[in-house]
Amino acid sequence: MISHLASASSTAVAAGDIKLPSISYSALSPILVVFGVACLGVLLEGFLPSRLRPQVQPVVAVLGFAAALGCVVSLAGTHELTAANAVAIDGPALFIEGTLVLFGMVSVLMFAERKADPDGGALVADAASLPGQGTHRLAARNSQTEAYPLMVFAVAGMMLFAAADNLLVMFVALEILSLPLYLLSGLARRRRLLSQEAALKYFLLGAFSSAFFLYGIAMLYGYSGTVSLQGIAVSSGLLGKTDFFLYLGLGLLGIGLLFKIGAVPFHAWTPDVYQGAPTPVTAFMSAATKIAAFGALLRVLYVSFAPTQWDWRPVVWLFAILTMVVGAIVAITQRDVKRLLAYSTIAHSGFILVGVAAATQNGISSSIFYLLAYGFTSLGAFAVVMLVRSGDGEANDLGQWQGLARRSPLLAGTFAFLLFALAGIPLTSGFTGKFVVFSAAIGGNATFLVVVALVTSAIAAFFYVKIVVLMFFQEPRAEGPVVVRGSVLTYAAVGVGIAVTLMLGIYPQPVLDLAREAAQFGFVS
Amino acid sequence: MPPAAPVQYLPATGVFSATWLLVLFPLIGAAVLLLGGRYTNKWGPYLGVLTPCLSFVFALFLWMAMIGRSGDSREISSTLWTWIPVNGFHVDVGYLIDPLSMTFVLLITGVGGLIHIYSLGYMAHDERIRLFFGYMNLFVASMLILVLANDYLVLYVGWEGVGLASYLLISFWYFKPEAATAGKKAFVMNRVGDVGLSLAIMTMFWAFGQTNFAAVFGGIGGAGSGVALALTLLLLLGACGKSGQFPLQAWLPDAMTGPTPVSALIHAATMVTAGVYLIARSATIYNASQDGRTAVLLVGAITLMIGAIIGCAYDDIKKVLAYSTVSQIGYMVLATGLGTAGYALGIAHLLSHGFFKSTMFLSAGSVMEGMEDTTDMRRFGALTKAMSVTHITFLCGYLAIIGIPPFSGFWTKDAIIEAAWDKGGTSGTLLAITGIVGAGFTAFYMTRLMSMTFWSKSRWRETFRPHDAPKVMLVPMGILAAGALCVGGILVIGRLLQNWLVPSVGEYTEGVRAVNPWLMSTITLIVVLFGVAGGVQGFVRRPVPTTAPVPVSPLVMAARHDLYDNAFNEAVLMRPGQWATRVLVFFDNRGVDGLVNGLAAFIGGTSGALRKLQTGFVRSYAVGILGGAVVALGALLLLRAA
Amino acid sequence: MLSPYVPIVTMFCLATLFVGASVLFSSRHIGPRRFSRTKAEAYECGIEPTPQGPGTHRFPVKFYLTAMLFIIFDIETIFIYPWAVTFGFLGVFGLVEMVLFIATVFIAYAYVWRRGGLEWD
Repeated sequence: MISHLASASSTAVAAGDIKLPSISYSALSPILVVFGVACLGVLLEGFLPSRLRPQVQPVVAVLGFAAALGCVVSLAGTHELTAANAVAIDGPALFIEGTLVLFGMVSVLMFAERKADPDGGALVADAASLPGQGTHRLAARNSQTEAYPLMVFAVAGMMLFAAADNLLVMFVALEILSLPLYLLSGLARRRRLLSQEAALKYFLLGAFSSAFFLYGIAMLYGYSGTVSLQGIAVSSGLLGKTDFFLYLGLGLLGIGLLFKIGAVPFHAWTPDVYQGAPTPVTAFMSAATKIAAFGALLRVLYVSFAPTQWDWRPVVWLFAILTMVVGAIVAITQRDVKRLLAYSTIAHSGFILVGVAAATQNGISSSIFYLLAYGFTSLGAFAVVMLVRSGDGEANDLGQWQGLARRSPLLAGTFAFLLFALAGIPLTSGFTGKFVVFSAAIGGNATFLVVVALVTSAIAAFFYVKIVVLMFFQEPRAEGPVVVRGSVLTYAAVGVGIAVTLMLGIYPQPVLDLAREAAQFGFVS
Repeated sequence: MPPAAPVQYLPATGVFSATWLLVLFPLIGAAVLLLGGRYTNKWGPYLGVLTPCLSFVFALFLWMAMIGRSGDSREISSTLWTWIPVNGFHVDVGYLIDPLSMTFVLLITGVGGLIHIYSLGYMAHDERIRLFFGYMNLFVASMLILVLANDYLVLYVGWEGVGLASYLLISFWYFKPEAATAGKKAFVMNRVGDVGLSLAIMTMFWAFGQTNFAAVFGGIGGAGSGVALALTLLLLLGACGKSGQFPLQAWLPDAMTGPTPVSALIHAATMVTAGVYLIARSATIYNASQDGRTAVLLVGAITLMIGAIIGCAYDDIKKVLAYSTVSQIGYMVLATGLGTAGYALGIAHLLSHGFFKSTMFLSAGSVMEGMEDTTDMRRFGALTKAMSVTHITFLCGYLAIIGIPPFSGFWTKDAIIEAAWDKGGTSGTLLAITGIVGAGFTAFYMTRLMSMTFWSKSRWRETFRPHDAPKVMLVPMGILAAGALCVGGILVIGRLLQNWLVPSVGEYTEGVRAVNPWLMSTITLIVVLFGVAGGVQGFVRRPVPTTAPVPVSPLVMAARHDLYDNAFNEAVLMRPGQWATRVLVFFDNRGVDGLVNGLAAFIGGTSGALRKLQTGFVRSYAVGILGGAVVALGALLLLRAA
Repeated sequence: MLSPYVPIVTMFCLATLFVGASVLFSSRHIGPRRFSRTKAEAYECGIEPTPQGPGTHRFPVKFYLTAMLFIIFDIETIFIYPWAVTFGFLGVFGLVEMVLFIATVFIAYAYVWRRGGLEWD
């Protein structure tokens, strides 16, 4: 049932030729609910008095996410194409949507933290203000509340991105998720210039990569005459066509996706943006953007390019190796904790690519499990970063983290646990995640890749352990950091991170089963 | 040796299917106390005491239920959930409850509960008492996981858990520099042992494809002697680290900087005996390797002598007790090295040691409480009257450890010496003599301790007002002292424990060279009395100087320096590392790169070089993306052509 | 083969000629020329031009904001045209979709209006 709705015909189209698309609003309900909540947030921004907004906006966002989660749960088992075959609601899409909504909830908790910083939340109200400007002090007192609808829009875009079954819809979703992130990156209350620079860099490079993505769509359309994912798969099976444009299109499309994932050599924006963006936003990006982008990548590769997998898999191997190795090695010499975590996400992208390269059903289930596990650990780790401060900003220099265990053993222990999870030590979700991903790769005859991945994990473990040693076995500096008492919201975010990390380390079975069921029927086609 | 029959455990039914409750109670306690923050300050300590007691009561139920079963249906195992379900590697989280683990559960929760009650008094004035109980609960939970595991990997989880709790509690008063250092030392030396255990687990996985007890014990018979020997030695290394056995014993005395209840519970009664548990639990593996057992015997014999000799030289009351723990565990390890003739005896001595040593530690804590936290015995003396109850409990522990009938130690220690003799041959004779000489040393240093603390003339300052501890501390001391009096006899007379442990460690076998037990005991007793006489002669009759005399014989000098174990470790482990580093640095400084530079430097250098690519300029990032695009497209199109 | 394009090219040339002739040529040579201060300014539609620093050729960001808002509503109209043409065919389905679309843009409009985006100063 392949509809070439988008395929243009050279003759004039009479009204009678158009078939009305059927839209299953119920299947789309999670996405629609999140979009609706975002619009509601915009209205609240317009009509609510400014002193009420910081209280109301987070509540609305969390409730909206909860409603969307309910929709996702009620849709379990759905396996269909809707909206003129432009959106696929299937196991992986629902799993990713549910995970995204959960990430969104935890991120809202961190966005709403207003106690850790003496001047209010981590986000500044007036994004254009610079430190030292006359308006700055005044604006600094206000909290940014537009951030909530922006973030909800980004989540909606991500949900659509992972469910899009049509390259044009995918592109629109890509823009919906990117634009709010560009804005959010520039809102850090402290170190304004760094934050604005990050936003601009992210925007410029994002636009650059979007252009590749769009050009890829054009090539694929030129090759197959359609932008639907199945349509491309069908035409790639046909004989007698030169496949030059097919691979050109795949390459260009893939660059757009790998950029969002942060794969080497398309990663250069990651450390700068992660460092400059406000920490809640960084946390949100590291967890949510990654799973959405991987969802889209999996769908493109496993649906459109399943018939040609022997041609692209070595290229994915290449990028997986590059990403793992560069991420892990460059992380070693980092001195800034947010930059270090940025390189760590790059290395983790490499590990997930190892699972993607398997091109089997286990490849899907292991990748989405890893993404879920990694996301919660990452959210927890960034939430801890929010609480370690010096002066009036976060203490991001690793030297300031020296001897943290002397001042706050609980917080240091928490961070150490999350780092162990990132390093993949047993009894944490990191171990389970790596285990399933690597076994999927071995199942997909990529044992060589797993060997490289194991060596890189060892290198990566080195810098995680280095921080633990730094925190626990060195004397604190005189000007060392202050661990502030955050509000219960940040503690809740840390707690969720720890709980999920521990649970998936000790008793991963239910979530593994869920991921396996989600991947059981693969992508709808 | 015939291949062992496949090992089968019965599925859990009835009350046994709730065995996991044992772990759950203290785990909840730990979670509430550690996560609850200051909200739990008020009632937290009471919750901390309640949870091990609940576990103890439930353990009693289970024990009765187990007694009600026939001897061959007392090994019960059940799977709780699947931890790692991947094909080819399958780990279930489950438990095994059999007479051996039942014994340990009773010891941990019973003695543990009493020590928790004692801590209510001992730690009453510490403002972080809630945290203390949180860690203690964490310890109890981890220790129960360790002894209830039915899989080496799960056992390892408990093993690391008790290590963590021990580390946290040793450096509980982290603001004291020596406490922080001691914690670090314990952590590092334990890691050395843990490497042994983890390598053992990897070997099991490699040899049997699984790590659960049933598969390992079932497969060991057909695995060949090389695997069995490797496993025994690796497990022994793990046991040495955790139980303070030669050559990894140095951390245990330093660990005494922790609060005294911790010393009593973790570093005397339970955690340090985990090594003995590990060997007894792995009886099937040790039965398969004669050489492995010989190594165990050697370690046990050396350790028991080292501990006893060093114990004679220290003036710090807790360190003397710590070295006596090292020495006594040496006896237990020696017993387990005897194979089927000794597993049960080792466990019996472990149990009686658990009682008498914790009695003495708690009594020492009571002495410290009365003497404003002094631990130097040269500052004690003439405390019999001022601390009459403490004196009596200490005396019970003292008589038990040196082995005066009818106290516990007499029954359990003499049984080990006798079993060593019965082993036969020159080795049996030597082991028995070591045991007897060790008993003599033990009698000497323990008498020295009692004399310097209680019986000699007063050497404390006038400002001290020695007094007995409050009731909440005295009652647990009294109960444990009663245990020190009678537990040994109950366990050994009529071979009660030996018969009870048959399902876990196998049928008890007599040695090849029978001897009249009374003759053996009499010889031992005479040697012990000589030791006592020496102690009395040296430290009651003669005045004790308040500072340690300096010109002493080389042996005393060596003993004061822990028989140079720290120097040994430094020379064997630390110095070569430092030299290697210096050599590398030297070559590095001379610019000789390539081979000498080493992998770390290579990676660091690569990292630095790659880092330079991160210029911060958008234009260079864009060029990077473009370059990547060219590579990607080129690779795709080339592969298409191929 | 190219025949359909010939009239287009012809029309294109005629249009160019017309514009050139009427706007540039006629107005310069036929119309009267009276200069005043107001006429010399950048916008002669009554609005005071925003003051600029000497020597700069930058426009304040306000102009871009206005321009962007204009584009949004302009695109809205562009979407409405084809919908109106096929309204009879699309029926209720088209109506619902279009209402959703307009509502979304309306929300943006309400936000811009409430937060002062439409005020010049």
